[in-house]
Amino acid sequence: MKVSVLTKVAAESILKNKLRTLLTMLGIIIGVGAVILMVAIGQGAQGQIRTQIDNLGTNLLVIAPGSSNQGGVSRGAGSLNRLTVDDVEKLEREAMLLSGVSPIIATGSQVIGGQGNWHTRINGVSTDYALIRDWETTNGTFFDENDERAARRVAVLGQTVAEQLFPDSDPVGEQIQLRNVPFQIIGVLEPKGQSAEGDDQDDVILAPYTTVQTRLSGRSFIPQILASTFSPDEIPSAQAEIRLIMRESHELAEWEEDDFTVRNQADLADAAQDTTQVMTLLLSAIAGISLVVGGIGIMNIMLVSVTERTREIGVRLAIGARSSDVLTQFLVESVVMSAIGGLLGVALGFGGARLLGQFTGWSTTISPTTVIIALLFSGAIGIFFGFYPARQASSLDPIEALRYE
Amino acid sequence: MNSSHTVRAADVGDIIIRTSGLARIYATGRTQVRALDGVDVTIRKGEFVAIMGASGSGKSTLMNILGCLDKPTAGSYELDSIRVDQLDKNQLADIRNQRIGFVFQSFNLLSRTLAIDNVELPLLYDRSGRKIDSRKAAAEALVRVGLEDRMDHVPNELSGGEQQRVAIARALVGQPSIILADEPTGNLDSRTSVDVIRLFQDLNDQGITVLIVTHESDIALYCKRILRMRDGKVIADEPVLNRRIARDDLERLPDLDVQDITEVAL
Repeated sequence: MKVSVLTKVAAESILKNKLRTLLTMLGIIIGVGAVILMVAIGQGAQGQIRTQIDNLGTNLLVIAPGSSNQGGVSRGAGSLNRLTVDDVEKLEREAMLLSGVSPIIATGSQVIGGQGNWHTRINGVSTDYALIRDWETTNGTFFDENDERAARRVAVLGQTVAEQLFPDSDPVGEQIQLRNVPFQIIGVLEPKGQSAEGDDQDDVILAPYTTVQTRLSGRSFIPQILASTFSPDEIPSAQAEIRLIMRESHELAEWEEDDFTVRNQADLADAAQDTTQVMTLLLSAIAGISLVVGGIGIMNIMLVSVTERTREIGVRLAIGARSSDVLTQFLVESVVMSAIGGLLGVALGFGGARLLGQFTGWSTTISPTTVIIALLFSGAIGIFFGFYPARQASSLDPIEALRYE
Repeated sequence: MNSSHTVRAADVGDIIIRTSGLARIYATGRTQVRALDGVDVTIRKGEFVAIMGASGSGKSTLMNILGCLDKPTAGSYELDSIRVDQLDKNQLADIRNQRIGFVFQSFNLLSRTLAIDNVELPLLYDRSGRKIDSRKAAAEALVRVGLEDRMDHVPNELSGGEQQRVAIARALVGQPSIILADEPTGNLDSRTSVDVIRLFQDLNDQGITVLIVTHESDIALYCKRILRMRDGKVIADEPVLNRRIARDDLERLPDLDVQDITEVAL
């Protein structure tokens, strides 16, 4: 039979049972739609993370405590924190390739002042922090080295905190209370927006790390040191330099492993990418399973259809159809069904992604590759799950089939 | 084997079917059922043959083998001088397609499929390369059975007699060597039966060879020759004396609704 005839026959028999066909296709539609949507969300998230990390600055380096390793058992990152102010000062003094070094001592506190109170993150940083993060003040000024050295109780507010506490007035010069310690506001930061992790970066108060250490946190170890290089090209050599200085500062013997880690933005990006990639894979695997379930639905209906149409098959064989004709007919039928399901599924995926983007603000990306793979996959499912019923049909004995009631 | 079972040549034409020692044995468990037990039949072009017999006599088995739906266990079968008992499945399918027209008791039309599409169906499987405009051929076949105004109807919209006419058109469309009809009037009332038989007689008058399996002796009387079967053997092979003509009988039938009878286009 010619392809055009085959398609016509398949289309006719599919249209004869509209509701059944639709319900059968629904499995494929939802499966393909889910795959497209999940991959769209995953790829969208990856793209978003990439741009956000790029926004952070490309020449950023993060020094974090290393893992302790006792008798071959690793305790995990941060299990041994030996980062101190001395390290920061040594880096500031000796590192040639760094444009800035700042510790980050993060703590959280209720802030009282202005028109109310607010819970926010308080970061103890050095004066270099503004340079490293490329973060200017809109009102007032950032604290200077004198403030830092004297551990003065001065604070710079993030945009969100400023809006919450002082919605109608200029906070510069006002007082706030952090854990009953009064701080004077000397500046307000320009808005930064969301971070790669989705946090509001403007929901923060910056203060000299010396002040935070003595007045608020009381711990001498530093959870994280931020540094920046003069240019992105110097990141590898800067990383090596930091390592040398840090080992010297920690007086590590040659056989001892680093008790700190130095990561750059690319590493961070990779880590974030890895996470979303695993997420994408996981989600699409689950969606893929629903696609396979849809395929089983097709197989089920095709088997029912073969049984129902036993006499028709008998007639076709009697008037001269070869087994291969019958096989092809049923195979085409299931492939047409799953292909149409696939196309509708793609439409559903597109629509779903758009709706999701509108309601949640997540960015979604649908690449042509995804669509093609989803369509090919649904076609393959049609062949795979249609083959067995089609072979059942083609192996019928014409006499038996004609006698079937 | 009895030589008296060979044909009595009423019409002298080319031999279309010739079987010799045809046997079909079904093995069911330990016992063997000899459904056909040495059948010698010769059918020539232009004949109109009825195969009669009680159920279990082997007439359906013979029909299936003559129709190339089944293969004999032993013996030879020549159709148009082709040894079909030696062909494989695909070749048999092509023989069925190009040389045999089937008519069934229960019509066996594809439901929800237009009459013309039903008739066209065999041509879609035609691998002979005969250059046929299948649509036109199907329309012509329907005209031939008098259904030119029913082409675009589905079987549900047709009466039993009309459905059987569509089936006959489907059997005709591939210009087969022979039409095999298995109880073609079994599902029809008596007047419609005679009407369908009249169509067969008209087609036979146009030179088409027809073989009918029936257990109704009054239907067999419309044929030219009767093969009687019992226990897998042909026990009688005789010409029909005083053959009945369906056209005449239809005129004599009581409460005849003339409008219900479609003229056969000649």
